[in-house]
Amino acid sequence: MNSLFNWFAQITSITKFGLMSIPQRRGSVAATIFGIAGVVAVLVGVLSIATGFRRAMTSSGAADAAIILRSGADSEMVSGFGRGETRLIADAPGVARNEQGPLASAELFVILNVPKRSTGTDANVPLRGVEGAAMSVRDKMQIVEGRMFAWGRNEVIVGAGASGQFAGLEVGGIVKVGRESWPVVGKFTAGGGLAESEIWTDAKVLQAAYNRGDSFQSVYVRLNSAGAFPAFKDALTANPQLNVKVQRQSDYYAGQSEMLSRLVTTLGYLIAALMAVGAVFGALNTMYSAVAARTREIATLRALGFGRGAVVIALMFESLVLALIGGAVGGLLAYAAFNNFQASTMNWQSFSQVAFSFAVTPQLLIKGIVWATLIGLLGGLLPALRAARLPIAAALREL
Amino acid sequence: MKFLPLIWGNLMRRKLRTSLTILSVLVAFVLFGFLCAIKQALVGGVELAGADRLIVRHKVSIIQLLPQTYQARMARIPGVAAVAHQTWFGGIYQDPKNFFMQCPVVPEDFMAMFPEFKLPPDEMKAWLATRTGCIVGRNTANRFHLKIGDKIPIRSPIWMNKTWEFDIVGIFDGEKKGTDTTALFFRYDYFDEVRQGMNWGAGLVGWYTIRVKDPARAAEVARLVDREFENSPAETKTEPEGAFAQGFANQIGNIGFIVAGILGAVFFTILLVTGSTMSQAVRERIGELGVLKAIGFTNGRVVALVLAESCLLTVLGGGLGLGLAMLLISGGDPTGGMLPLFFLPKSNVLFGVGLSVVLGLLTGIFPARRATSLRVADALRRM
Repeated sequence: MNSLFNWFAQITSITKFGLMSIPQRRGSVAATIFGIAGVVAVLVGVLSIATGFRRAMTSSGAADAAIILRSGADSEMVSGFGRGETRLIADAPGVARNEQGPLASAELFVILNVPKRSTGTDANVPLRGVEGAAMSVRDKMQIVEGRMFAWGRNEVIVGAGASGQFAGLEVGGIVKVGRESWPVVGKFTAGGGLAESEIWTDAKVLQAAYNRGDSFQSVYVRLNSAGAFPAFKDALTANPQLNVKVQRQSDYYAGQSEMLSRLVTTLGYLIAALMAVGAVFGALNTMYSAVAARTREIATLRALGFGRGAVVIALMFESLVLALIGGAVGGLLAYAAFNNFQASTMNWQSFSQVAFSFAVTPQLLIKGIVWATLIGLLGGLLPALRAARLPIAAALREL
Repeated sequence: MKFLPLIWGNLMRRKLRTSLTILSVLVAFVLFGFLCAIKQALVGGVELAGADRLIVRHKVSIIQLLPQTYQARMARIPGVAAVAHQTWFGGIYQDPKNFFMQCPVVPEDFMAMFPEFKLPPDEMKAWLATRTGCIVGRNTANRFHLKIGDKIPIRSPIWMNKTWEFDIVGIFDGEKKGTDTTALFFRYDYFDEVRQGMNWGAGLVGWYTIRVKDPARAAEVARLVDREFENSPAETKTEPEGAFAQGFANQIGNIGFIVAGILGAVFFTILLVTGSTMSQAVRERIGELGVLKAIGFTNGRVVALVLAESCLLTVLGGGLGLGLAMLLISGGDPTGGMLPLFFLPKSNVLFGVGLSVVLGLLTGIFPARRATSLRVADALRRM
């Protein structure tokens, strides 16, 4: 017991000496801290893009809601239905109903050229034609400014994300569809989901404008419960009049976001891993010079009877403290710079724009701190071992 | 030059520190190379665009089709030298992950419009003789081990939602390193015949490319084209190929800005690490620098020695890093097919070399100034 206490006392006093000598080595210490802060900031920053994108893509899908596409279609863009098919789908067992009828919205999904606010160049903004139940087959839909469009009129409402990213998409603005100008009469939110990147209008109006006859591309339905999905799916796939692909909305959105979030995540880790290697070298450099500067001091302590283990642990601890400071600085920097940063990008599956905001989540910050810790431990280990192995007599002679 | 052994000797005195510093610089430049290649992959189309080519698409959006009859009307517009059209086929070969572009084209028009695609004359002849024939870019042919004579099944969810089968009659190469050779082109007459048979979408094409007679008058020709189709059911939007590619790259996001941001953070980090190494190196050698000055070295020469040392450090690290990056990049796209063009342009390599020198000067300048402000007597006392 006593020896254990003694051991801790040794570690504490060596650590104290180390930390007190930091002001003398402030140049290289600052370099280490900022080096690690850089790694963490870039890691967290790049991954916040993927997290934000995935959040925008997946927060829209409720478990008791489904989307139906033509079989073989990976996105709404390449799917297609006639009026008869959409009716069959809406009347399938398991679809929730209210006084107006089944909670099913047959929809049209096209893209429209609208200039991006930041660059002025055209972007493929998704334009969706919906039916009356559209608001009830999705979660958290809310008009936050202006009003809903009038059915049958050439009017649109715009998602909050699209409104921020593309020119003219504010309430009172105008959307040009060919030779026609459609007024923007309202702005909506969808709990941060994908719909916020879209422009919405009446499906009938859009069919006419895009010469689509009476055709649709997808059907969104609300089910009686999440558990009703398998029966609903079986009923549709068994129906010989239909050739469809039935998915939960949550699964559909997750699939849509997979490619881009995988790309960004892979690149993010690749970049951060390379930077981390650089930072480990930086940390090694700092700790080696810390050991070199204190060769005599450490030898003296060892001569007085301090143990090797205590020396190793104290030096590792010192390196860890620097790394954690760096990690915290980097995490804060990334949070300040990137959290809620508004952006938009191309979703390749639907060939259209997705507006999203970068998300620096607590999980990402923890990941950053974990990386900082690993860098600190790796950077501290070798120098600490060298310090512990110093031949005492030779080191003392350096006096 | 005669001081090279001295500089080298100084670096070699602390081998561990020197190699760690070189390694961290190396890592920074590997990253630099990678990010440049990624940027090139995403926005490279802008640089490769033909100055004398215009893209004509439907004004409302690129997914709207244009009548094929527009071709003859465009050809009559003054200033237009040639017209060719393409249509997005959106097909899937075996698995959606195996993405590459396919387009039905009119072979003669298409190959004349895009001389950057090189197809041997006998393969061209075979293509003209085979209705179901297609040509495949070298990159995709290598990726899926396709060869002339193979049949390639492609399922298109857009066009009839059926599997089409084409006969590979040719494999084309790119004229330049940056030319995209991932696409597959097949014959428009075959495509349209099937569409007529199914009574859906016949006579419609995706977009047109126009070659203008005089690139200086491209903007004027673009206006004429759009005016020609004004007030028709399918109005057009015409712009130079470069502007079209730029607009497309902008849709992905501000890639230049993101890459610059990351590289800024990386180089700032490396600057700190290398800078602190150099100032330690100078601090340790204050006495020696005093001796050098005492025996007649001018301030300028001492500064030059320190700067040469820091530059040697960063240029070594930078050169090795760029070399390693080129080696890794030549191994191919790290995302497994999502970036069709993945290479490091020469201009970026040169820029990287320049950057390593600047990095060396920046990291050496503060320690060097410290060395000059040194008074010989003080320095010698510290021996």
